[in-house]
Amino acid sequence: MDSYSLIGAISVIGACLCMGIGSLGSAIGEGNAAAAALQAMAQQPDEASRIRSTMFVSLAMIETSALYALLIAFLTLYANPFWNYAINQ
Amino acid sequence: MLSVDFSHWWDIPYLDRQIGIADFDHINLISWDNFHINVTIFNSWLVIALIVLLSWLVTRKLQTGEKVSRLQTVLEILVLWLQKEANETSGSRNNQYLGMAMGLFCFIMVANLLTFIPWFRPPTASLSTTMALAAIVFISIPYFAIKNAGIKGYLKKFIEPIPLMLPMNIFSEFFSVLAMGLRLFGNMLSGVMFASILSAFIPFVAPLTMQTLGLLTGSIQAYIFALLAIVYSSSVKEEIKPEIITN
Repeated sequence: MDSYSLIGAISVIGACLCMGIGSLGSAIGEGNAAAAALQAMAQQPDEASRIRSTMFVSLAMIETSALYALLIAFLTLYANPFWNYAINQ
Repeated sequence: MLSVDFSHWWDIPYLDRQIGIADFDHINLISWDNFHINVTIFNSWLVIALIVLLSWLVTRKLQTGEKVSRLQTVLEILVLWLQKEANETSGSRNNQYLGMAMGLFCFIMVANLLTFIPWFRPPTASLSTTMALAAIVFISIPYFAIKNAGIKGYLKKFIEPIPLMLPMNIFSEFFSVLAMGLRLFGNMLSGVMFASILSAFIPFVAPLTMQTLGLLTGSIQAYIFALLAIVYSSSVKEEIKPEIITN
């Protein structure tokens, strides 16, 4: 197997693993956050709007780690720096 | 030499031209020697023009009383809602954060909602736009902090809770703003990319569901960007001196 196809294969596998493992943790975290917010809303319906806005902000914060994984996956697929190295060889 | 080329404006993003994640920045519409106007800049101008035109049309003849035009009602709801959010989140009673938050919110909201037009590439799906928006927030943090608490109060934030945390605080100052830009970029990029990949497989009905989901995430991202801008800007508050009650 020459280096070109090796880099391509490993990039695709790496991007898939990156997305899968990277989104796992943030999915669990978002689930916990949403469950806690729903519980709080059920206990205190008067504060629902405040809890909801806080929940959206915290969900976006938690989601950031999954988005970093997504960006890394895009980087390996579309802007892989090792392609140029392999082409120039 | 002036050259105008609009033929790539409505290419399906990422499929017709596989350049990379900085795709929109590489399609030049108007070129004049070394001065290029790419799709991101052009679409930003379209968004700005749309906001200005709509606001001008509505505020041209403002009405009071029982009968109010529909668009004026929409804008009033928007302004009052964001005013309430900004004042509740920052804890300040004067509307000092409203201008910045409203500008960011309107621009990002309109740009994200226009993804519903299939060939429109949202300017927020380009890293240069989101980083420029994050730079506004990065400048606004010391501005509001110095305005409210003075330069001493602003610098005091960096040595809290202990002076040993100084490098950490400086890093977090940079990375919290960097994360804002990356978050918006990642969300919009994944939305556009997913819709275009889906439209390559199933061109007719299936992309509609993803685009509807994109409207939801787009509006939530606009709200979150404005809210985080307020949260970061109001992190240094005016010191309220406890009043001594004398009888």
